[in-house]
Amino acid sequence: MMDNELYQEVLLQHSKRPRNFGPLENATHAADGHNALCGDEISVALRVGNGTVEEAKFTGSACAICTASASIMTGEVKGLTCDAVGTLAGKFRQLAKDGNVPDIPMKLQVLGGVHQFPQRVKCAVLPWETLVSALDSPVG
Amino acid sequence: MALNTSEIREQFPFLKESVNGHPLVYLDNAASSQKPERVIRRMSRFLESEYANVHRGIHLLSERATAAYENARAELATLLNAERPEEIAFTRGTTEAVNLVANTWGRKNIGAGDTILLTEMEHHSNLLPWLHLAREAGAKVEYVPVTDNGAALDMDVAKTLLAKHPKLFAFVHVPNTLGLENPATELCRLAHEAGVTTFVDGAQSVGHQPVDVQALGCDFLACSSHKMCGPSGIGALWGRYELLSAMPPWQYGGEMVDRAYYDKPATFREPPARFEAGTPAILEAAGWAEAIRFLRETGLEDIREHSIALANDAASKLRDIEGLRIFGPETRQSGIVAFSIEGVHAHDVSFFANERGLALRAGHHCAQPLMRKLGSPSSSRASFYLYNTAREVEALVAIVREGVAFFR
Repeated sequence: MMDNELYQEVLLQHSKRPRNFGPLENATHAADGHNALCGDEISVALRVGNGTVEEAKFTGSACAICTASASIMTGEVKGLTCDAVGTLAGKFRQLAKDGNVPDIPMKLQVLGGVHQFPQRVKCAVLPWETLVSALDSPVG
Repeated sequence: MALNTSEIREQFPFLKESVNGHPLVYLDNAASSQKPERVIRRMSRFLESEYANVHRGIHLLSERATAAYENARAELATLLNAERPEEIAFTRGTTEAVNLVANTWGRKNIGAGDTILLTEMEHHSNLLPWLHLAREAGAKVEYVPVTDNGAALDMDVAKTLLAKHPKLFAFVHVPNTLGLENPATELCRLAHEAGVTTFVDGAQSVGHQPVDVQALGCDFLACSSHKMCGPSGIGALWGRYELLSAMPPWQYGGEMVDRAYYDKPATFREPPARFEAGTPAILEAAGWAEAIRFLRETGLEDIREHSIALANDAASKLRDIEGLRIFGPETRQSGIVAFSIEGVHAHDVSFFANERGLALRAGHHCAQPLMRKLGSPSSSRASFYLYNTAREVEALVAIVREGVAFFR
């Protein structure tokens, strides 16, 4: 098992040029996440209206897996209801731990490889944990 | 280099391991060191023919176990140039030794309004026990700052802060990230001139270079077996005997008690027994003693020179990589090289390196406030010891270069 099986090209693209990276103006919800093991630090900011995630962005300093996961995640959750985001976060956690889970968007499956590297599961899941805690943390 | 590295390497079985067909290159010595065959053999021989509990059985095996356990105390006393073996209390490691002093000497001597002086470069183990004590006692904590890039301790500020007469100055001898050695002798002299008690964290220095507690002039020093070719699970507190004598116990139970009663307070034994409640790490003590003999026979000054030479070699070659920043002084004073790379996260570097057989540490190295101050929450660290070679430095540099190209 070599690293090119974990760091697939699409994943590397997301880590080198992350989407939705930067501060979010008029954020309604936000939270910080931290991985004490490797030093990943990430902040997720959301704009929620009518029970739907209208906008999602992230900032921070994190490893390639965590950054790519956040990049893909923020793209996927836009337009979803808060309930649907919670469900998807649960599915993603299962994907990262087991390598496969039914009915998960194609774009997220690129991160399924982390289940073979137990120390990296936390890196992939951290953005989702931070997203879920952001939904519970209104700004101001 | 004075060390006969090829002869040394033959004595370390872990070097026969490989990763994905690559020879294992172990550069995580600041986290823990590997064990030579003679330590492994000593421990199995001890279990085969010398094992029993210590200090309590009137039978052959208990006598043998007690002799081995006390021999370890004597070996460590010699290594540290302690005045007597009774100045050494065994603990689970450096962390427990700090907690021991904080809970005994600290609780007795630190009160409301007192100051504990630390440095900004402390490992969590020499930071959190003191912060907890200060909170409990209503005491204040001050820090001697590091200069730019963690190059050194700011000695001018150290002098100013010591002149304010803190009760205690606890500092690390060799920090686990910066590749420097603090001027411990001078710091202890300045502290004593101001009447300040000193505690030295020797986790990265003992067993890596000569350390003489009498020459340092400190009051307490802590160290760990596993960082110096011995097993994990045992370490020690060295303290001046008059200080140890005046300290109350902190853990209660067998072995540390003199007289016990149902209905009146117990009396306790003299140090070091007072601080060794319960059955100690007997097997580990036997292994540690063998590790100390091995290191002394190899030569601690040579080990230090060898490790520093490799670290300097690595630092100068790594510096050629664009965007790579090395923490600490220009010239290495210990075998440690911690670095961050612009645009490449340390966790990815370590993962990439491991796939190629190279063991590197990534993260905050249990020094979160320091790494935050240096502006790098996560960095990579290579740390060298007696079995490492110049070829392994080449491997490190090549793999880091390859990793930078892959991730950037």
